[in-house]
Amino acid sequence: MTIDTGAGARPAGAAPSAGAARALDLLDGPVTDTTLRRYLEGIPGVDAVGLEQRAASLGTRSIKTTSKAMALDRIIELVDLTTLEGADTPGKVRSLVAKAITPDPSDPSCPRVAAVCVYGDLVPVAVEALGSLHAPKARAAGNGEGIAVAAVATAFPSGRASREVKLADVADAVRNGADEIDMVIDRGAFLAGRYGQVFEEIVAVKEACRRPDGNDAHLKVILEVGELVTYDNVRRASWLSVLAGADFIKTSTGKVTSNATLPVTLLMLEVVRDWHRMTGEKVGVKPAGGIRTSKDAIKYLVTVAETAGEEWLQPHLFRFGASSLLNDVLLQRQKLHSGHYSGADYVTID
Amino acid sequence: MSRLAVPKTYKLYIGGKFPRSESGRSYEVVSAEGAFLANAAQASRKDARDAVVAARAAGKGWAGTTAYNRGQVLYRIAELLEGRRVQFVDELVRSEGLTSERAEAAVDLAIDRWVWYAGWADKYAQVLGNGNPVAGPYFNLSVPEPTGVVAIIGPQTGEGHSLVGFVSAVAPALVAGNTVVVVASEKAPLSAISLSEVLATSDVPGGVVNVLTGSPQEIAPWLASHADVNALDLVGAGALDWVQLQVDAAETLKRVLAPEDGVGAAAPSLDRISAFTETKTVWHTKGLL
Repeated sequence: MTIDTGAGARPAGAAPSAGAARALDLLDGPVTDTTLRRYLEGIPGVDAVGLEQRAASLGTRSIKTTSKAMALDRIIELVDLTTLEGADTPGKVRSLVAKAITPDPSDPSCPRVAAVCVYGDLVPVAVEALGSLHAPKARAAGNGEGIAVAAVATAFPSGRASREVKLADVADAVRNGADEIDMVIDRGAFLAGRYGQVFEEIVAVKEACRRPDGNDAHLKVILEVGELVTYDNVRRASWLSVLAGADFIKTSTGKVTSNATLPVTLLMLEVVRDWHRMTGEKVGVKPAGGIRTSKDAIKYLVTVAETAGEEWLQPHLFRFGASSLLNDVLLQRQKLHSGHYSGADYVTID
Repeated sequence: MSRLAVPKTYKLYIGGKFPRSESGRSYEVVSAEGAFLANAAQASRKDARDAVVAARAAGKGWAGTTAYNRGQVLYRIAELLEGRRVQFVDELVRSEGLTSERAEAAVDLAIDRWVWYAGWADKYAQVLGNGNPVAGPYFNLSVPEPTGVVAIIGPQTGEGHSLVGFVSAVAPALVAGNTVVVVASEKAPLSAISLSEVLATSDVPGGVVNVLTGSPQEIAPWLASHADVNALDLVGAGALDWVQLQVDAAETLKRVLAPEDGVGAAAPSLDRISAFTETKTVWHTKGLL
């Protein structure tokens, strides 16, 4: 079976999608389950002990004073401020947006976050609440980068729905103004070895991210590492997603017990680094879920800088998916600026 | 044949665990005559920070237990103290240089104070609270509630201060459901650490009492300015620049108790309980009975 790479959906004469083109180069033949399996399962296995040791050693750097102040500000600039609860209300999203715009009302020098991340149906609320600070409007007005709106789609978090439903979910969020789509891969298909199906789905979702005006929403592909179980699977899923044209690879949904860890993020960064060496293209990485303290987040910054390079420490190449992290960073910032320890009474309750 | 002595390592007590200082520092504890007794951990500002985090986390559970249950938990500490009286007498003799009679009297006093304060746990609210008369068909009730995290600079001088003074400062704060971070006697921290071993094996949840050993001079300013500390008991801070500590504490609107000196420091009184409570007044409509 040859996979439909989405080329048929475009006007006649258009080149095959970038994803298909790069995959074709690497796979030595058409994109099928067989060629994908031959390629992905031919990737050398992960040295788990070495990986964890490397991650642990990157976590021991001592970051002091001025570097720490810079790191904290950078963390805020890299945060996707997230609320993904069944109980989300328009009011909750509006207060989330208010916090994204002004994380620390007591300190005007505090930077803004990169994006807010919500469920698809709440995208219009977020876009309206952002107003002129919504990324496309802010850029058009020459008013900085603004704040993007990211939506989770494709039957998040389980991904258990038909292709039509997933694509409709994506198209709906894009139409409502989402600038970034966080999709989940079909872990069931991946674990069953149907790599072609996963590939095809990412390509189709990427296609659905296109807007009529020619722009497209950035696509973040969530691997859900907690369900992939092994490092080998994470490496394969990362390659598969990058081959299929992901703009970002993201660790997890935050909805299962095992979320982003430093070793897993390091592993994904290595894939991104190798892909950059191979093709010159830059793919982003987004660890999400379980990063709650500034101390942890700084370890991630060190890992990114040491693995992919410092140029990855920008909002279009690295993000933290987090909700409670921001408060801890703000407390640390307040400590650095005031010289005394701050407390939970001095940040918002979210 | 002589036997190799096994000296005890005295560590901090934070969040129900016994960690060494984050800074890796320790200092020598000597007896009243100057002989080496033990190495104690010298807490840093980061240990104080961790202790406040632990105390904050434990606050909700401790304040949420019923007053009767809190009283029982505190009484249980007195029971355990009684069981280990020999150890405490010995430590007071060695570290403060008391005669064994006086040390026994001090341990008795410490145990009695626990019992006295334990008894208050389900009674202080009746004394400090009130049903207020109002001009309308309402119940208007004032009830005392715990202030939150209380930082205590434990007594540093006076006979038996390392145990009696410590107990007299910590117990009243616990009665109302506060959690405490307490800096033990710098010269004689052994009793305080042994007491935390008692606390760890009693029914007191981890984090309700956190004990730091080291220099009050170094740690107190960080506790006084810490925005997540709700009250500051300076009972043993007489030798420090405690006016400045009060000024720092005022920045974040803490309740502050001033230093006290001598044997009568932190004498048992209802005032020490009420000092770390907030009065909440609520209105309720009277039912149509």
